[in-house]
Amino acid sequence: MVHVREMPEHLRDALINQELPEYGDTPWVTPKPLDECRVALISTAGLHRREDPPFTPGAGDYRIIPDTYDMGELTMSHVSTNFDRSGFYQDVNTSFPIDRLRELAEEGVIGSVAGRHFSFMGATPPTVMEPIARDLAKVLKADNVDAVALVPV
Amino acid sequence: MGGLAHYLEEEGIPTTQIALIRKHAEEIKPPRTLAVPFELGRPLGAPNEPDFQRRVLRECLELLARESGPVLEDFPDDAPGAEPDPEGWACPVNFAAPVEDLSDEDLIRQALEQEIALLRPWYEESKQNRKGRTNFGISGMTPEEIAAYIAKVTVAREDSGSPIADKPPHLAFKHMADDMRYYYMEAAIARPDSRVSDLEIGNWLWGETTLGKVLVVIRDWAMETEHPGFKALAPTAMVPTHQRHRTIHG
Repeated sequence: MVHVREMPEHLRDALINQELPEYGDTPWVTPKPLDECRVALISTAGLHRREDPPFTPGAGDYRIIPDTYDMGELTMSHVSTNFDRSGFYQDVNTSFPIDRLRELAEEGVIGSVAGRHFSFMGATPPTVMEPIARDLAKVLKADNVDAVALVPV
Repeated sequence: MGGLAHYLEEEGIPTTQIALIRKHAEEIKPPRTLAVPFELGRPLGAPNEPDFQRRVLRECLELLARESGPVLEDFPDDAPGAEPDPEGWACPVNFAAPVEDLSDEDLIRQALEQEIALLRPWYEESKQNRKGRTNFGISGMTPEEIAAYIAKVTVAREDSGSPIADKPPHLAFKHMADDMRYYYMEAAIARPDSRVSDLEIGNWLWGETTLGKVLVVIRDWAMETEHPGFKALAPTAMVPTHQRHRTIHG
């Protein structure tokens, strides 16, 4: 397994100690009770529908993943070579836990599953991502999304 | 990831997130974070472990019920199945030794085509075991077309042109090289009970195949090229961290 702690030391240090952007004070919005929340997934694994264009390096754009899409056709085109993909090949839920989210909705842990999910490709400079993310918030509100679960890769 | 949480929450959307690198969450301070001790690429822990995955997602979502933050919680358990198969892993196919002469485009193409042909039944079986799922297809090219282009780039380098309309050569190369690696990797995990790790697949692909050998040579060149596109991809988007000891520049 290529866990962070098993990476070659100089590469691990470079990853962990990379310079991070400053985001200022932590914002806080109090959500509805969890069992009433309509929840969307947002992945940064560079996932998209098979028919969508693959991600390109440095782009801050996202792809829409409709909840009705056949998740077996979901494709990963993240530019990085530095994380495991074999888990995703074997089971989409390893990095995009859509079936688990649906089960939690059926169990009543969350209220419901949103009609659309989204995927970015991570490792995008925040200056590129910021305006896109702020616009996405409007889309989420229009979709009546009450909370999002952000899943990295 | 943490940046997205800041922006979305500032715009009024409550967020919760998983973090694979705890230190980044400590510094960025997103509103709600569940730090997990899993491998990069596996934020839910492990494939085909629905109960475990559900626990991870549930703990992450339940952070939404906290009254104030930032919240940074640790998921307590390692991923299941993290122990490698005691019998070790071997590729289902025995390849000839990687091609020696990397100046002959035809020879490289033929060697790649032979690897593709030997892997094809395993790739197909693997796909079938996963109900037709495959990640191959990003570039829209066939394995044979990709073999021809990779052979060309190995020899002609920045003069290779692009075989994909509207895509500059470095992006065409990137999507095709990724597709080829997906093809090999999916063939390598053909056994449904396979507990092969990313590192084992990597050691095989990068150490024992012609594909791995030519991709290392292309990376060695790309680190020093003046071609801006290839140069930008070279450091982190060509060879995985655990295989960079095979390259000149590390």
